[in-house]
Amino acid sequence: MSIIIAVSVLLGLAIIFGMILGFSAIKFHVEGNPIVNQIDEILPQTQCGQCGHPGCRPYAESIANGEAINKCPPGGQATIEALANLLDLEVLELDGEHDENPVKTVAYIREDECIGCTKCIQACPVDAILGAAKQMHTVIIDECTGCDLCVAPCPVDCIDMLPLATNITNWKWQAPSAFSDHSHQLIATDKRPAVELES
Amino acid sequence: MGKVFAFHGGIHPPENKHQSTQCPIAIAPLAKVLNVPVQQHIGAPAKVCVNIGDKVLKGQRIADAQGKVSVPIHAPSSGIIKAIAEHPVPHPSGMPALCISIETDGLDEWIEHSGLEDFRTLSKHQLIDYIRDRGIAGMGGAGFPTAVKLHLGDDHIVNTLIINAAECEPYISADDLLMRERASQIVSGIDVLQHLLAPSHIIIGIEDNKPQAIRALEIAIQDCKYNIDVVGVPTKYPSGGEKQLIQLLTNVEVPNGGIPADVGIVCQNVGTVYAIHQAVKHGESLISRVVTVTGDGVAKPQNYQTLIGTPFSLLLEAAGMYTQKTSRLIVGGPMMGFSIDKLDTPVVKTSNCIIAATSTEMPAPEPAQACIRCGLCEQVCPVQLLPQQLHWFAKGQEYQKAQQHNLFDCIECGACSYVCPSNIPLVQYYRHAKTSIREEQQDKRKSDLARERFEAKQDREQRAVDEKAAKRKARAEQAAKAQAEKKAIEKAPVLTPQVQLISLQNALKAANSTVLIAQQKLTDQTAQGNSATLDLCNLQLQKAQKQLEQAQLALDAFESKNETPAVDTKKLKIAAAQANTKLLKAKQALKGAIEKSQPGIELLESTISQLESEAASATTMYLAATQESTTIEKAAVTSEAELAATTPIAPAIKASNDSKDCKKLKIAAAILRAKLKKSQTQLALLGEQPPTQPDYQKLEEEITSLQQKLVTAEQEYQHSVALQPELNSTVPVKPALKSIPEQSAAAIIVDNKKLKTIAAIARTKAKKAQNELDKLIESGQQDSLVAKQLIEDLTRLNEKVLSTQNTYQTAKGPTTNAPEDENEQLQANFAKAQNLYDKASAALIKAQADNSPAVEKMETSIAKLKSRVDSAHNALTASSSNNQE
Repeated sequence: MSIIIAVSVLLGLAIIFGMILGFSAIKFHVEGNPIVNQIDEILPQTQCGQCGHPGCRPYAESIANGEAINKCPPGGQATIEALANLLDLEVLELDGEHDENPVKTVAYIREDECIGCTKCIQACPVDAILGAAKQMHTVIIDECTGCDLCVAPCPVDCIDMLPLATNITNWKWQAPSAFSDHSHQLIATDKRPAVELES
Repeated sequence: MGKVFAFHGGIHPPENKHQSTQCPIAIAPLAKVLNVPVQQHIGAPAKVCVNIGDKVLKGQRIADAQGKVSVPIHAPSSGIIKAIAEHPVPHPSGMPALCISIETDGLDEWIEHSGLEDFRTLSKHQLIDYIRDRGIAGMGGAGFPTAVKLHLGDDHIVNTLIINAAECEPYISADDLLMRERASQIVSGIDVLQHLLAPSHIIIGIEDNKPQAIRALEIAIQDCKYNIDVVGVPTKYPSGGEKQLIQLLTNVEVPNGGIPADVGIVCQNVGTVYAIHQAVKHGESLISRVVTVTGDGVAKPQNYQTLIGTPFSLLLEAAGMYTQKTSRLIVGGPMMGFSIDKLDTPVVKTSNCIIAATSTEMPAPEPAQACIRCGLCEQVCPVQLLPQQLHWFAKGQEYQKAQQHNLFDCIECGACSYVCPSNIPLVQYYRHAKTSIREEQQDKRKSDLARERFEAKQDREQRAVDEKAAKRKARAEQAAKAQAEKKAIEKAPVLTPQVQLISLQNALKAANSTVLIAQQKLTDQTAQGNSATLDLCNLQLQKAQKQLEQAQLALDAFESKNETPAVDTKKLKIAAAQANTKLLKAKQALKGAIEKSQPGIELLESTISQLESEAASATTMYLAATQESTTIEKAAVTSEAELAATTPIAPAIKASNDSKDCKKLKIAAAILRAKLKKSQTQLALLGEQPPTQPDYQKLEEEITSLQQKLVTAEQEYQHSVALQPELNSTVPVKPALKSIPEQSAAAIIVDNKKLKTIAAIARTKAKKAQNELDKLIESGQQDSLVAKQLIEDLTRLNEKVLSTQNTYQTAKGPTTNAPEDENEQLQANFAKAQNLYDKASAALIKAQADNSPAVEKMETSIAKLKSRVDSAHNALTASSSNNQE
């Protein structure tokens, strides 16, 4: 008798928890993999395809499925570190086949040479190129991610990837020289006799 | 005097203010060129509203405010716009920015301006807009648009208005001198602010190292009706910091990330207050300010009332700069200012001081050494941060941690760097960290935007693909539907009746065969004379006949239902034929029976009568059906005629119909001619024999009637022929579908052929007639009727030949492009005509020799022939000459 009671109680509990789990599986269903979103947030969204994927999100998906995290040259080491931190992985060096290009570039169309073929417009992943057929095209510099994808399709090679010029608005305070130069980290009083000794 | 509180930390650097306070404010000399930057404030740069070469007056607006957080720029002096280009501006980066360069004319001519008589009559918004239009921005250091701060009264309760007159930075004495000399104007400016913000308490915070300024202000505020205090705060750097001064005067700390208005306080710089007074009372825009020129590098440190855009070089020159001694030029104070290396950098709204420092005065910074964690920096930090920690985080680029330690609350006052025993440029670290974090944030925003745009583009492309696919699918479905409908239409009314028809026909055939079998049996029986079985056979026959009738009836009913006249007529014809054959067979059987005189004859007779009636009905039905079909054809013709009215295809069809008519007419004419010939030959035979009068006359009458008929028939034919080319020629003129001209061309070619054949026929006839005539002439029967007839015929035929050839030529004209062909034809014509003429003339000679009475007629015909020959010759020569041309 006691066995029957125990079994029925356990069975009842199992049914209740099963229902709760089933309900929550439907109610709190999450579309897609949330980790993919987190990875996608970290990636620089240049949509350049240098990782071998058609855009940042596909690479985020494939990272979530176990691909290496060091294939994003525009993101550089900072992105690799952020990804390693997020996914609790080892920090890797940027993949050898990619050159790290720390200088950010944007596309410029030499407008005199543009023939208005619209090929670059179709290639641009972020719709940053304005123009129409047989009309001059131009790049919206603020929207350009510097992904390079418009350079190859141009039949007249009139697109240049140029570094963004520093001006008064995007100028940045430089780190103090000691930041990179460790020779200054001497005690001032020690330095003078050393110079005198040399002379 | 209100109560003074305290803020954490602070330092006491050497003040060095006395050098520049010895002399009153001097007027700076007017520069030859004033370079006015379009951005002298925080927010959006002003938009240039003048062109190069424009003449501007002092105080004239040269750049408009763009957006809410912006102020306009005014011309500091009269002159001509020389350039709108990049020029060095006072900025730590030392980079150039857009400036409007005005070449001054030395007249310093003001634009028409006047202050507000009573600013209280204006609404607050109007007054604030007025202040904004005068280009007033904070003159303490940051250059925040004053109008924005004044609008704070709209959504914040402002309890306290603090006038920042602390001027805590060493060396700077611009505000001090301003207060000493223009205290009443400052109080007048405070009056405006009081009106706008309506604070319960106004405090002028001033460091106690400026006793003269304090005294001047105290005198100035004596007449004020409202609650205003001049509070001297202890001299300690950075008491002039907005938040520090608020804490000093009210003991209220502005929360992290908040603004003073959040705690009911608005802070304004004393210089800004003076500018507000100038704007409201005198209508003068912010075009000049007091600038301290000091440092050991100048002989006579002094404050100058300087126009915006005046190069620092001019001020330094006026103050007597020792170019050899001066090692650095610092804009702003020694604590928060920055070095400039270009002397033509202009004065802007926020430039309060320029220090020409010597190397002993401000030596190059000692090399930075390792942090010894002494903690001095923490002790002096006015914001109570942990500068040492922040230094580590900034150095290690751990920006997130730096942010967590409230890096952005740092006011970059430089107190920590000042006290650092290791000479670590801490502020520079913080500034670098701050800009790096801001850059990261901007990159993040940009990457979010890029993601958004990328996804939007992908969505759009996907949508386009989907739309295309949907369209294609819809098209395919529609096509399939149309196909199905077509099939259904084809199947439903066509297949089912056909099947029915076939089944009915099969039934009819079966019935027929049974009837035949029964008849066979009956005939067999009758032949054998078996009267016993004869009745049976008869019964069978009757049954079979009934079946047949039923089948026939069913078929008729069905056929009458389904109007298929073309099929109908055929079937009816067959049915009628079958009925007739049956009738014949039955008749034969009856004949056999009668011959053998057997019983059942009556029966057979009755069946025959039945069959006869059947046959009759079948034939009538057939006739009716044919009539129907003809009516249908007629209807078709009429519909074609209707079509002709609308479409250009119709004439071609009509033409083809006409050509059919022509054929008929032609055939009729040919028949008549054949008859005529026959009768003529008969007549000729009779003529050889001694003429028996009645026969001869009869024949002659017949011939004449036939001739008349022939003439009329030919006329009809000619008429119809003549009509045809006319019709054809009209066809291509009409605007037609693409195929129409081709069709009409083909029709023309066909017509041409016809005409050609007609002409040939006519010619051969003419030849024959000629031959006959020749024969008659030879046989000496030229005066007989036949000869006359022949001559008439000949002339007519010749005429006809001519007419047909003419029509042929005219018809051929437009189509034959080859003139050589034409030429050949003409030559042939000419040869023929010549031939005919020769023959005729030979015949004439003979006739004349015989003295025949037909000579006259022959002569006339010969004349005609001659004319024809001539005309042919003329045509030939004309065409050949054309060709040669």
